[in-house]
Amino acid sequence: MLNGKVALVTGGSRGIGAAIVKKFAALGADVAVVYAGNEEAARKVCEECIAAWGVRARAYRCDVSSFSQTRELVAAVKADFGTVNILVNNAGITRDGLLAMMKEEAFDSVLDTNLKGAFNMIRHCTPLFLRSRGGCVINISSVSGLMGNAGQCNYAASKAGLVGLTKSVARELAPKGIRCNAIAPGFIRTDMTEQLENNPLMSTIPLGTMGEPEDVAEAAAYLACAKYVTGEVLRVDGGIAM
Amino acid sequence: MYFDAIAKVVADRTGCDVSAVKPESTFTELGIDSLDTVELLMNLEDELNIEIELDQPVATVGDLDKFIQSKQG
Repeated sequence: MLNGKVALVTGGSRGIGAAIVKKFAALGADVAVVYAGNEEAARKVCEECIAAWGVRARAYRCDVSSFSQTRELVAAVKADFGTVNILVNNAGITRDGLLAMMKEEAFDSVLDTNLKGAFNMIRHCTPLFLRSRGGCVINISSVSGLMGNAGQCNYAASKAGLVGLTKSVARELAPKGIRCNAIAPGFIRTDMTEQLENNPLMSTIPLGTMGEPEDVAEAAAYLACAKYVTGEVLRVDGGIAM
Repeated sequence: MYFDAIAKVVADRTGCDVSAVKPESTFTELGIDSLDTVELLMNLEDELNIEIELDQPVATVGDLDKFIQSKQG
């Protein structure tokens, strides 16, 4: 289904990102796995993709909040794979805390990685999309960005920002055959949410349980193939934000 | 001077005659929108074998020529 496509996934070494990388590889895409620090995990994901599905896979270290590093990253992926067809902006961090006590740096760093990181990647991949007359961007937002969440004003702002970014990019690049959508996951079982297992919010999930990274990967695979869908924010949240 | 190369790429793209492309021609007149100019620049990169990043809007063919010259030093 994605044979011959090149997918670049940021934050691809673990959690939701790793699940998306594997799903895309299983569908035949070559994968560029971008990681911030965990080289071993990123390499393992690549090895798994190569062994299980026979696709090309390579890991790249990059701080997505850096305009210059992301430019170099996209140039390196272009040199190795020829182009990028699908970009998944999944890299994200949390620095939770009450607004009244939040340090400026905690706000800035979350916005820089989660929101500006996505801008940086789209900015540098767009010339490749224009050149190949098509492309697909999938931004990983969050239900926090749709509903708000006490203790996550920085994270929620960054994820709500991704929704605006998604819709603007979708409108701006639609005439060029480039689609841009977002996924808003709810509580998904990853390293990021391991302390949330006993959170009272869990009992408010209509479907009753946390989701798995593979549930989000399914949605990403749909959006990667859904040629008439753009500007959409797809919730994968067990119904929590409806 | 990149004018000739630009004129050729514009003519290839729009189907107009190369002689119809003047330095003062605006891209809008030539039927090329602002996103198309980014794409046009990529065709030029291939044609001229150089790398240029368009980081500002350009109105006319002459402006683009000057922009590339400034980037190429």
